[in-house]
Amino acid sequence: MSFLTINNLTAHVGKLPILRDVSLSVKAGEVYGLVGESGAGKSMIGKAVLGILPLAIEATGGEIILDGVDLQKLPANQRRQIIGAKTALIPQDPLTALNPSRRVGVQITNRLVDILGWTKSDAEHRALDLLVEVHINDPERVMLCYPHELSGGMRQRLLIAAAFAAEPQLIIADEPTTALDVTVQKQILRLIKEMQARYGTALLFVTHDLGVVSKVCQKVLVLYDGLVLEQATVENFFTGPQHPYSKALLETTPKYTNPTGNLTPIPLHVLEGVHRQVAAYDRMKNYV
Amino acid sequence: MADLHTKIKRPIGIRLWLSAGWLTLLIVTTLFAPILAPQDPLAQDLFTARLPPFWITGSEPGYPLGSDSLGRDVLSRIMYGGRVALSVALIAATLTCLLGASLGLVAGYFRGWPDIIISRLVDIWMAFPPVLFAILLIAVLGTGLTSIIIAIVVIDWTRFARVVRAEAIGQGAMDYVASAQVAGHKRFGIMIQEILPNILPTMCILLTLEMGIAVIVEAILSFVNLSISTDQPTWGGMISEGRVSIHQAWWVLVFPLVILFLTVLSFSQLGEGIKDRFDPVLR
Repeated sequence: MSFLTINNLTAHVGKLPILRDVSLSVKAGEVYGLVGESGAGKSMIGKAVLGILPLAIEATGGEIILDGVDLQKLPANQRRQIIGAKTALIPQDPLTALNPSRRVGVQITNRLVDILGWTKSDAEHRALDLLVEVHINDPERVMLCYPHELSGGMRQRLLIAAAFAAEPQLIIADEPTTALDVTVQKQILRLIKEMQARYGTALLFVTHDLGVVSKVCQKVLVLYDGLVLEQATVENFFTGPQHPYSKALLETTPKYTNPTGNLTPIPLHVLEGVHRQVAAYDRMKNYV
Repeated sequence: MADLHTKIKRPIGIRLWLSAGWLTLLIVTTLFAPILAPQDPLAQDLFTARLPPFWITGSEPGYPLGSDSLGRDVLSRIMYGGRVALSVALIAATLTCLLGASLGLVAGYFRGWPDIIISRLVDIWMAFPPVLFAILLIAVLGTGLTSIIIAIVVIDWTRFARVVRAEAIGQGAMDYVASAQVAGHKRFGIMIQEILPNILPTMCILLTLEMGIAVIVEAILSFVNLSISTDQPTWGGMISEGRVSIHQAWWVLVFPLVILFLTVLSFSQLGEGIKDRFDPVLR
């Protein structure tokens, strides 16, 4: 029983395809990794689901089925309501993800009060509990801070708290650790995992870090130029990747056993193969 | 970690002090002009014509900044002229800001067709030479305080629309706006709650700049005799009258000019100072 199903999702910038027939399904409570290089379109899948694609990008086909409801068939305000009630976003850059002119406490309670109709004191209690859950030491004080008074790691904790606040069934985490330094990354990753397990939330985890995938995810999807190259469970993917590009991608991860060795690039013939695959797809779809 | 809320006390900048001080002085003197002015600003007396300011021999007590060629006291006329200048500055700038900023905000946040319409309108609007446009408007509307204010709003809203639109586009691309959208907040609500507060510092600067500009536009219009009726003193009108007798009585021209300059300068510096002080990140 899958909570989110995407069937043949395509998206274009003008005539240029950004997503090429992407299909995937995320079960309730499952952590699903989307990997790919920069520009592969992995963030765009998440944004398409949440309905926040950039202005220039248009979803041109396919279905997004959230909890049994085809989102694209709904009128805009109903779609907004469903997305707002069932999903949340953990954004990439904690520096721009909090409004600089409002206290962080308000930014967490705001949604509970305005959208879900909680009372103000209920929402504040909930926010305080959440801050404790994301291991913030003195929540009362932090609630009253402005974002610029807090560190990047703190802000990412707050964003995680805010995402889990309304107990959504699906959270889209768009490279939540990319903007943080390595020591903080590990804590944040552990925290997301912990919160995900506590609430049983399904997680669509966008990342370019295969190490993160191996630690957090149960399933993984490899994307190149908006084309799905491989979908597998994490065990299968790391023990026996099927697509040559996936193999090459795994090879590029630096090894602890050989710390001074050169980094492995993705071999040219593999990339050429992928490009041929993309071109073949485009010919089939008459994009060229 | 010490208490984060102990604000680092920053000294109020000298320019904020000076500009706010000058503007306060101006507001007080124009407000109490009937009490403070040494003479009736309209009283003509050819026996006191072209009296020099107080430090030059030949001056008379009661005419500290001298008198013009009709014997009217320059200081009193500056005080009364300030009433016109300041009310134009406050009312016209505020209305300009409201009109321009709301259009800019809508264009920048909603994009799409509202943006296309508003932006093209701004482009077309800005192709008119502003002063000629103002003169034309006054010619149609007739002279008077209301006409001046309408003329300034009609000419200058584009400045606000452009800048606020650009700022709104920038803020709209931030992740916190995306988060608010995902949460299901109404788009109009996001615009007011999330975007507007972050544009306020910029709007504040623009508003004070616009006050300065409004003072100048009013002076230009009264210089070409298109401001309010000629029996009410205005700075531009005084400059225009002083120009005629500059060789005999330079003070009729220079004092209102200096006051005008200081006022416009103060408005722009006030904006900068206020922004530094109330910016949430700098605070």
